[in-house]
Amino acid sequence: MRHFTKWTLATVASVALVAASSNANAACEELVLGSAISLTGKYSTNGIHAQNGYEFAMKKINDAGGVKVGDKCYKLKVTYYDDESTPARGAQLAERLINQDKVQFMLGPYSSGLTKAIAPVTEKYKIPMVEAVGASRSLFNKGYKYMFAVLSTSEQYLASAIAAAAEIAKSQGREPSSIKIAMAFENDPFSLDVRAGVVEDAKKYAMKIVIDDKLPRDLSDMSATLTKVKALKPDLLMISGHSKGAATAARQIGEMKISVPMIALTHCEAANVTGKFPAAAEGFLCPTQWAETLTYKDPLFGSAANYNKEVKAALPAYKDKTIPYQMAQATAAVYVFSDALTRAGSLDRKKVRDALAATDMPTFYGHVKFHEAGNNIAKPMVLRQIQDGKYVVVAPSKYASHKIAWPRMAK
Amino acid sequence: MQILSNINILIEAPVFNLALLIEGLLIGSVFALAAYGLALVWGVMNVKNLAQGDFVIMGGYIAWYLGEHGIHPLFGVPVAFLILWCFGWLIYRTIIYRVIDKDLFTSLLATFGIALVISQLLNLLFSSDTQTADAGFESWFFFDGMVSIAQVKLIAFVCAALLAAGVITFMKNSRMGQAIRATAQDARAAKVLGIDTDKVYCFTFSLNAAICGAAGALIAMIWVIQPFYGITFSIRSFVIVTAAGFGNLPGVIAAGLGMGVLEQFGGFILGATFQQAIVVGLLVLVLVVRQMQQSRHRQVVQ
Repeated sequence: MRHFTKWTLATVASVALVAASSNANAACEELVLGSAISLTGKYSTNGIHAQNGYEFAMKKINDAGGVKVGDKCYKLKVTYYDDESTPARGAQLAERLINQDKVQFMLGPYSSGLTKAIAPVTEKYKIPMVEAVGASRSLFNKGYKYMFAVLSTSEQYLASAIAAAAEIAKSQGREPSSIKIAMAFENDPFSLDVRAGVVEDAKKYAMKIVIDDKLPRDLSDMSATLTKVKALKPDLLMISGHSKGAATAARQIGEMKISVPMIALTHCEAANVTGKFPAAAEGFLCPTQWAETLTYKDPLFGSAANYNKEVKAALPAYKDKTIPYQMAQATAAVYVFSDALTRAGSLDRKKVRDALAATDMPTFYGHVKFHEAGNNIAKPMVLRQIQDGKYVVVAPSKYASHKIAWPRMAK
Repeated sequence: MQILSNINILIEAPVFNLALLIEGLLIGSVFALAAYGLALVWGVMNVKNLAQGDFVIMGGYIAWYLGEHGIHPLFGVPVAFLILWCFGWLIYRTIIYRVIDKDLFTSLLATFGIALVISQLLNLLFSSDTQTADAGFESWFFFDGMVSIAQVKLIAFVCAALLAAGVITFMKNSRMGQAIRATAQDARAAKVLGIDTDKVYCFTFSLNAAICGAAGALIAMIWVIQPFYGITFSIRSFVIVTAAGFGNLPGVIAAGLGMGVLEQFGGFILGATFQQAIVVGLLVLVLVVRQMQQSRHRQVVQ
């Protein structure tokens, strides 16, 4: 596997050199990829982030001389269709891309739901697809052979918090099995995936789950669950319920002064807990797929920080915003695709698929190596903690910029 | 298993009973407020307003909007009352008066349509993000921090009580209040005696919307709101009114408070999933009991 990576790096570097020295670009043909993505409708905000990520990657790759496949070179281009955030439309558009526009390769749509709708189509026509923003576990147990995902699956979102709690227990001379966990997860596929990962890891350490509440979809009050937390005094409280769950939790944790030493929840950023509930949110642990402060790097985009800088320079819309991880993921998907094309040495779909399956490469977004089910198993979810109102990476320790503050200090 | 151990906590540490009871009573007062509005509309106009919860959420967004623009959300209570009054009037004049003498199904459909339009409009205006109006109050803690009372909840309780008292006095003593009660008892007789029932209906509907608006402003301060949360408040109002009967004001208040407490205990013992399921379960139970009472009554009549 290793030599693949080196070989790739060498090719990319030499391609870049050739591009710089001679005017070899002109000789490149165009290679069109297809993507049905949510440009309007309820997922449009993140759909557009993903599209920007795709475009940024292509510009970067094309500027560096395009993709070298065998002895030819190609410039990448994507045909987009708007799936209006509806799965049925997404599946239709995938058919259209494949049958009418004759695309040979696809980039993923936005969200697990849309990916679930499109994957059977690409699978039927044996079209390799790299997707960037569908995290649900259920995408990777269908036996799909032509779908690959660069991101970590949803059951890993909070599992790292369990490991962190075990580490802390050990450093205090306690058995990890003495840790008591309280969980409140929404009753929806994503959160139940997250829950499944937590339960599995808790079992590994023989930790005790003392509260296991499922939150209804439109719950705006968690005080009964939090009263139970007060009564049972768990060591770790975990909550996942999209941004409304995070907002409700942050608000009521502050109001009821819940003093659990470790609190982990998803969607902190989306719910803007640091802005709305700064005092209560201090010390929260929040999982993320990627952060610009991580030490990942690759030869094309440089470090994660460099990616952040270049995107801000290239796209004024992101100048004053944090680059959403959805965008970084999308960029990484294109990068992985171009690398696999080069390694396949041909545009034969089967060969490209096999090359994708053999991917083992570092990127600014994290290491990418696919499980046979198609999910990326080389990149961990990182855990950030809110310290002094800022998100800092605290786990896994390999990438941590700060030490985890334990117990959390609510102001 | 978990249920038993949860009950055990309540037995071993009775202080948590108190915590749940207080929490439930405080929030129940706001439920009672919205339900009282529904009881009015239902009793006087025989319109079962499915947009009840969406009026509440609208009021919530008004308080939140003021809060975002530097005005304390407590002012949102009177402002939401006034704005929703006008909104209620508009809705009555454009839609409700056309369906008021139609069958039950038509008015249900119409109000359900209004509910959908309101929630989508809120979604378009304010996006689907969860919001909360920060009133900036602290909490009081008792029993070693085991029982907490958020000051804002107590304020909401007092506001709800004042508003309810105001409305009751108004209904008892004012001319309009008497007209409303007369219309509720027998619309035809009221008409014969010179009461402009159309005006009464319009006033009642506007008053209901205004009460909901005020309740919503309180909800935005004590909980979180989102454009699509209306339905849960509609359901709560329906359960309370069905349980209490619409002519029965003390019953509505008692049922509202009781529901708040029941939700808290249900969520604690059975888990948060059942916090709202318990409300709907209660509705079924109430209907069964009512049905049995009435069938006994029917037998007597026969």
